[in-house]
Amino acid sequence: MKFRGKVWKFGDNIDTDAIIPARYLNIWDPQGLAAHCMEDADPDFVKKMKPGDIIVGGENFGCGSSREHAPIAIKAAGIACVVAKSFARIFYRNSFNMGLPIFESPDLWGKVKEGDEIEVDADAGQIRLIGSAAARLSIQPVPPFMQELIADGGLMNHITKGRKK
Amino acid sequence: MGMTITEKILSRHAGLAEVRPGMLINAKVDIALGNDITAPIAIDAFRKAGGGKVFDREKVVLVADHFAPNKDIDSAEQCKLMRDFALEQKLTHYYDVGEAGVEHALLPEKGIVVPGDLVAGADSHTCTYGAVGAFATGVGSTDLAAAMMTGELWFKVPETMKFVYQGRRRPWVSGKDLILYTIGRIGVDGALYRAMEFTGDAVAGLSMADRLTMANMAIEAGGKNGIFIPDAVTEDYCRNRAERKYTFDTSDPDAKYHSVIAIDVEKIEPQVSFPHLPSNAKGISEVGDVRIDQSIIGSCTNGRIEDLRIAAEVLKGRHIAPHYRLIVIPATPAVYRQAMREGLFDIFLDAGGVVSLPTCGPCLGGYMGILAKGERSVSTTNRNFVGRMGHPGSEVYLAGPAVAAATAVAGRLAGPEQL
Ligand code: SF4
Repeated sequence: MKFRGKVWKFGDNIDTDAIIPARYLNIWDPQGLAAHCMEDADPDFVKKMKPGDIIVGGENFGCGSSREHAPIAIKAAGIACVVAKSFARIFYRNSFNMGLPIFESPDLWGKVKEGDEIEVDADAGQIRLIGSAAARLSIQPVPPFMQELIADGGLMNHITKGRKK
Repeated sequence: MGMTITEKILSRHAGLAEVRPGMLINAKVDIALGNDITAPIAIDAFRKAGGGKVFDREKVVLVADHFAPNKDIDSAEQCKLMRDFALEQKLTHYYDVGEAGVEHALLPEKGIVVPGDLVAGADSHTCTYGAVGAFATGVGSTDLAAAMMTGELWFKVPETMKFVYQGRRRPWVSGKDLILYTIGRIGVDGALYRAMEFTGDAVAGLSMADRLTMANMAIEAGGKNGIFIPDAVTEDYCRNRAERKYTFDTSDPDAKYHSVIAIDVEKIEPQVSFPHLPSNAKGISEVGDVRIDQSIIGSCTNGRIEDLRIAAEVLKGRHIAPHYRLIVIPATPAVYRQAMREGLFDIFLDAGGVVSLPTCGPCLGGYMGILAKGERSVSTTNRNFVGRMGHPGSEVYLAGPAVAAATAVAGRLAGPEQL
């Protein structure tokens, strides 16, 4: 897995109410949710971003409610992956379960600005900052079980595959 | 080496003699829970994966509480989707308007969750059930789909942080104040991925209502679960309501903890968490002069009869400030009936407040008390994130029922002792 895209930067403790406000939780169609992605953190986010872009977050990204609408909205908006210093646990779990690639990097946040371009190489466990020759950062290795989930295309596919065996 | 209560419950449900923090396990779930917001996505995933029947129709619990009674057409569609599924699957525990209350108040009250259980709920405040000595944690909709299908789920065994509360509580200090203070001390990610075990003399004297409030907010510190060791209070609470046999687990004396945090309860005064994080907690004497527009008393955090009694005690013989809104939301039909019988509704109405039917309502910015730009609400709920209860330019102050009631009278942040 390799992702190359433009960085959108957010701070610490970006909660799921900021990612997809509860007033839109009467929607569950992914495209409908995508239209409000990150709305209470940055009201113009959806207008500004392009598919393939990357969200870079601080500590505890995705804290708050268990709503899977949050990773769904991010994925459906076309964000390639999220890299944060750390993730809240239900968001972390949900992302793997539904197939949104996310990576932990304690150092990236301090090294990029909004609009920079980066390349995340999941297989090599590295992030490259485009345009700055020396800048390569490592990402926290993804546990083998989680890699399996992603390779199978999420938890439900993983289970159905296991059942067929 | 010994195990903590969390590790013991997990090991039993994974069929292992022992588990250690960091292990990935597959565990059986006793209860899989969803609500009108999270269940529709789970049901869709369940059907797409070819799920025919749920693994056990007695163990899948669905509650219409967030946007029910249906607040608009889209919500009505979501509730209907869940209702149709529940009827098709002949679920024994399906709760709709009239029987439904806020899920995390309803399940313990009805004895659906019992000590020693492993509960996975597609709602982050599922951690509430740790109050009765269960391992209970919030998961997502896909997890719920998987649990409904297989009766099992993967978990990473968390490390445990032990909180030791000691000393006497001051007047008007409740479980809510202890947990707001605790989150203020460790931060909103202070217990990230970890179990929070609440112990000490001061919690031994806490009612089940207070324990439910504290375990409820473990997630607000990033915790995977919050848990109390079952004791005589647990036994009293469960004896006549538990639907199934239950197990009291305890932590071994030589169990290993990530950390042990001592909290001197005598120092804690009624707390208020300022916008926009639950960790922005201050003692009531330090809040300054903050004008407030509305009080919400309810939710899975503080919508139980004990909470309503505290609010009524403060409001009795008093009237709320001019142009102020006081909205009381009993969390379940049983709480509603009990409050009505005890005459609490009269007290709230005489004070100039209103009483709503059981629902999550304004807690998550759904309906019945949404804030306009610039408005402020003090709320006995659990989250004060930007836009949580309405316009992104509004503000939520978290507090216990005593402060929410006193603030309604004063029109500014206040505790009962400031009236
Ligand atoms: S009352 Fe609030 S926190 Fe509790 S389940 Fe409902 S929306 Fe969630």
